[in-house]
Amino acid sequence: MSLLQPTQDASGKEVTEQVLAVGPVASQVAIKELGTNGGGFFNVNSAHPFENPAPLSNFLEMLAILLIPAALCFTFGAMVGDRRQGWAILAAMVVLFVVCVIACIWAEQGGNPALTKLGVDQQARDGEASILVVASASAQAGGNMEGKEVRFGPVNSAIWATATTSASNGSVNLMHDSFTPLGGLVPMWLMQLGEVVFGGVGSGLYGMLAFVIVTVFAAGLMVGRTPEYLGKKIEAAEMKMASLVILIPPLLVLIGTAVAAVTTAGTSSLASPGAHGFSEMLYAYSSTGNNNGSAFAGLNANTPFYNLTTGLVMLIGRYCLAVPILAIAGSLARKKVVPAGGGTLATHTPLFVLMLIAVVALVGALSFMPALALGPIVEYLQMMHP
Amino acid sequence: MKRAILDSFRKLHPRHQLRNPVMFTVYVGSLLTSALFIHALVGQGEAPAGFILAISLWLWFTVLFANFAEAMAEARGKAQADTLRKARHDILAKKLAARTRDAPVTRVASADLRRGDIVLVEAGDFIPGDGEVVEGIASVDESAITGESAPVIRESGGDRSAVTGGTRVLSDWLVVRITAEPGESFLDRMIAMIEGAKRQKTPNEIALNILLAALTIIFLVVCATLFSYSIYSVKAAGQGKTVSVTVLVALFVCLAPTTIGALLSAIGIAGMDRLIQANCIAMSGRAVEAAGDVDVLLLDKTGTITLGNRQAVEFIPVKEVSVADLADAAQLASLADETPEGRSIVVLAKEKHGLRGRDIRQMGATFFPFSAQTRMRATDPGSTARVPVDLVTASGSGLDPHISPAAAEFQVRRVAHARRLDEALVRQFVARFTEDRQLGLLGDPRVNVLKLNLALDAEAK
Repeated sequence: MSLLQPTQDASGKEVTEQVLAVGPVASQVAIKELGTNGGGFFNVNSAHPFENPAPLSNFLEMLAILLIPAALCFTFGAMVGDRRQGWAILAAMVVLFVVCVIACIWAEQGGNPALTKLGVDQQARDGEASILVVASASAQAGGNMEGKEVRFGPVNSAIWATATTSASNGSVNLMHDSFTPLGGLVPMWLMQLGEVVFGGVGSGLYGMLAFVIVTVFAAGLMVGRTPEYLGKKIEAAEMKMASLVILIPPLLVLIGTAVAAVTTAGTSSLASPGAHGFSEMLYAYSSTGNNNGSAFAGLNANTPFYNLTTGLVMLIGRYCLAVPILAIAGSLARKKVVPAGGGTLATHTPLFVLMLIAVVALVGALSFMPALALGPIVEYLQMMHP
Repeated sequence: MKRAILDSFRKLHPRHQLRNPVMFTVYVGSLLTSALFIHALVGQGEAPAGFILAISLWLWFTVLFANFAEAMAEARGKAQADTLRKARHDILAKKLAARTRDAPVTRVASADLRRGDIVLVEAGDFIPGDGEVVEGIASVDESAITGESAPVIRESGGDRSAVTGGTRVLSDWLVVRITAEPGESFLDRMIAMIEGAKRQKTPNEIALNILLAALTIIFLVVCATLFSYSIYSVKAAGQGKTVSVTVLVALFVCLAPTTIGALLSAIGIAGMDRLIQANCIAMSGRAVEAAGDVDVLLLDKTGTITLGNRQAVEFIPVKEVSVADLADAAQLASLADETPEGRSIVVLAKEKHGLRGRDIRQMGATFFPFSAQTRMRATDPGSTARVPVDLVTASGSGLDPHISPAAAEFQVRRVAHARRLDEALVRQFVARFTEDRQLGLLGDPRVNVLKLNLALDAEAK
């Protein structure tokens, strides 16, 4: 028996052997997920069956991605002696996460209209259940299956993508470049928020705390009280450092993308024409500027131009955030604790959580709306109205 | 209002705009779009001239409105300063040719006095400027400045020789050497502060400026990079035009925190103004912010600065006492009181309760002027005995637990009355805790007052 179109090697002979790399994969996977590192044993990362063989392993790996960053909120609450502070930060992160997950799932399950026109069935079907057969031949998950593993389907892939880009992990169980436009917007935006929705081990919490300081400052001024957080006054020095933390990643992303967009060195690496190509560049710099590591892999980032620029962006984005945070920590540690009075702004109430979410979302949205408008959003409009 | 509108145009000078970085960017944007408009008029514009003109006008309006808000706030402050200036009477001073009272006098306006001038101030005159008394002694009413209603004595030599301009001499005369240049007196400095001539930025304002600067920088970069994205998009799509500079400027002004930036200085001035309305002068920006954290302000001067004389308006008795009795007692106590409050109490008693001034001698009463000693005597009103010395002197250690038996006896009546105990019982307690000479000859008899009081406490229960 022979195939209709057998794979042929360079000399034309039919290829009948496949070489599969093996190794101590599981231990590496545990490290990469728990430490929000993201670099996989295999190039295709957790889409590879050896790294992620079953839906159960998928669930465990997703859990591992978010485990420590979420747990650090509780640690924070315990360390400052007020668990409600940790709960508040966790609540803000969870709300943003849930909203993004829903958006991503909706976009991916919706599928690609262009394929429907060609007669492709993208509908989710349950199939007739019978006592002997759990899922019958007509059952499928549907949605946009390009670049996705069948054992995961669009839903698990979308959840993984949201988790990995919110936690600055970067491991993937699907190919992000194959996302639908709005589905790809969600991971991009989560990274552009500064990786504060859960974020990396430690770096997510400190990024979120910088936003908390800015929120406390803005809220304190709105009610006409001296801004203070956990009993420490927020003054000009903290504001300077917090502004740096919030300002530097967007600057790096925007300037990097701008340079790539107008130079041939930048545009020659693109795999897709038009708006999706722009999205590839934007994603590359968003990922490196915010310490993520995933990519729209259509972009050939192994050119000297991209190696240099993304390397620089990574270096500056990482350390120029850690240093101001250390400065804030030192400055706050030296201050005297002001006992809470009648006019102190409560930082554990739902109102404050809402305000924190608003500040994070607004800064992210306002900084990147123009870029996103020319990338994923234009692509979406082109897809819906060809 | 008109003055504020004129000021808002006057503030368009670049040096003033530079002080506020956020508004400066809008200012630059206005200039840029105006230039682009002229460019479009001559035919080579990047967008229709009408469109650029509209954007440009909106931007100029934004800048002018920011200036207007600041000018309005400053005008309010200036109005307050003007009212204070009116309080500064333009006094005609009696300038002396030499340092004695009999020297020839020339009348000079107080604004023309210089440091070192000698002036004569007589009863009923206002002191023309801050100075030092070189001759004479007089009582001065300083309520306009300090709120103290009782007149104070000012005399040459010693530490009570400084006088403030604007206060009034009530009796006798003073020869004063002026020590402040015109425009540097106390009142002048208050006016200068109110006018915001030397206004410092408050700490929160500085921190907020940092946040605004950060956001402005981000949005500057956002709009600038949008230009390159637009170039790529046009090239990739093969159609369309790159976004015009006018649109980028407009987008930037929309994104940047122009509202906060525009109103920030106005808010700072308004903060000081608010405090002045409550008759408080904030000495620094930090004070304005501290005032925001204050809920209740307790001042120890009940008089206002302009009229420092409190007046009695009502007698409020406690439950078992009638108003008439209270008025009677208060009037008697205040007959010898020469302060305005004391006099007002007597007047109130006369007006409300028809109690006329009484002849003290006929009543056989004597007035005890208030002093530390008389106060103590007042706590044991019936006692005519002289006070035992150890009640008046301090002990060597400060921890002496004893008093003399005479001192205990001196207090028996008062303590018995206060504790509602029989005097004999209290004397018994005193005897119980009186320690005799040791071995019959060492030391002095003494009462352990701590044990005595504890025992009396136990007895009361």
